Amino acid sequence: MYLEMLRIRFLMMLAYRTNYYSGILIYSINIGAYYFLWQAIYGGQESIQGLSVVQMTTYVAIAWMARAFYFNNIDREIAQEIQEGKVAVEMIRPYNYLGMKTMQGLGEGLFRLLFFSAPGMVIVWLAFPISFSAEVSVWGFFFISLIFSFIVNTQINLLTGILTFFLLYNTGLIRAKRVVIDLFSGLLLPISFYPLWAQDIMAFLPFQAISYIPSMIFTEGFTGGEVYSALFQQAVWCLILIVPIQILWVTARRRLIVQGG
Amino acid sequence: MFYVSIFFQYASQYMKTRLTYRSDLVVELFSDILFQAVNLIFILVVFGHTTLLSGWSREEIIFIYGFFLVPYAIFSSFFNIWDFNERYIVKGEMDRVLTRPIHSLFQIIIERMELESMFGVITGVAIMFYAGSQLGLTVSWYDPFMFILMVAGGALIYAGIFIILASISFWSDSRTDIMPMMYNIGNYGRYPVDIYNQVIRYVLTWILPFAFVGVYPAAFFLGRDEWYFYAFLTPVMGLVFITIAVFAWNEGVKRYRGAGN
Repeated sequence: MYLEMLRIRFLMMLAYRTNYYSGILIYSINIGAYYFLWQAIYGGQESIQGLSVVQMTTYVAIAWMARAFYFNNIDREIAQEIQEGKVAVEMIRPYNYLGMKTMQGLGEGLFRLLFFSAPGMVIVWLAFPISFSAEVSVWGFFFISLIFSFIVNTQINLLTGILTFFLLYNTGLIRAKRVVIDLFSGLLLPISFYPLWAQDIMAFLPFQAISYIPSMIFTEGFTGGEVYSALFQQAVWCLILIVPIQILWVTARRRLIVQGG
Repeated sequence: MFYVSIFFQYASQYMKTRLTYRSDLVVELFSDILFQAVNLIFILVVFGHTTLLSGWSREEIIFIYGFFLVPYAIFSSFFNIWDFNERYIVKGEMDRVLTRPIHSLFQIIIERMELESMFGVITGVAIMFYAGSQLGLTVSWYDPFMFILMVAGGALIYAGIFIILASISFWSDSRTDIMPMMYNIGNYGRYPVDIYNQVIRYVLTWILPFAFVGVYPAAFFLGRDEWYFYAFLTPVMGLVFITIAVFAWNEGVKRYRGAGN
């Protein structure tokens, strides 16, 4: 049944696919601008923090393309359903509400991965110097890591969404969360570029599991044992985040306030 | 006069609703500041690895960013039309808007304003004064007037681009994800355009002229006279884009047939 929900969201997205081609173009301009920005930042330097210009471009490109997969708006959807009171109806339905939301997010993500990221990556690869690894294992690790990044990001989204039960009105928090993820996940800047004290703090936060780890695996910025410990770190976060979600969800159901609807 | 009084009535209603959910308002202001900090952090981290960005110093880039925040704050306070398609066309809300006695675009602007974004003006000016004092810039008698003119031009350019994009929804009512991505492209106008290649520079100057909401007008205050021509063009571009936008909007409204119920 959850697969069915995934399929429906996927088909829903498919119905609107034409507009995605313009999206690819915009994404390419985006990556292109970053490419030149980074070139200017590198100036004459060979490498910064062990990443060459080409690796950096690849990092930026893959980070944005991966974002298309793990990114979803289920936090906003949950917040809206809570505010409109629809969540009460959803709760009496014979499935797990959070599970359903996750599946919808996955359907959306898979759609974008196939129709957006894959063709987009080809275009970017034609336009800019990007290095793809020839090693099958790198690709394998990358996809495993990408699945973890989807799970961690979705868990954080669920947490933010459920918090609407307590805050009632939640747009500010959702926005703050988005900004924090952009910065601390390594989407804008690889974590290794930050000053050391900041890196130490971020090591205790789940955010780098979202973007930094898959991107570093893909650009081969991580090699050998580093890959395994990074994947392990992602897996640990997936498990840890289940705890607050469950606690909040159970408490939220007890004190549900329906705001109209 | 009628429009002015309607505006103030909506503004006061808006204040009342926002003050109902105070905790969220605080979080939202906080998230705005966080958002502005993220970009500053990006600049600071990048300049931790380089001293000049194709001839521009760190303080100059920070100054450009400070300038950018001011027109951007005005834009985001009044032109929250990035979800116009979903909110008004798909859900059929446009029908209601069209029955109102004021211009439909004005109606949407006052419905969707987010006055708390104006806070960005303060942050922006503060950042400019900080960077300016580091650079040893002096304020002439005409600078405040030029500043207002440049800010108005920049805000109109932003508004124009987004209104044009929203108007596209009248012709094609399927969902586009272009608008959120446009926000990213807007960021590239904050860096010296000479770091980009011809194509991107052309796009940022004439097609999506975000460079006029950042580097060009800021170059005037930084005394970079090689960019003066573009700097003085800022208000002109603003007027041109808002005119095109209103025209596109009016044409679009004529074609509007309504969807949903």
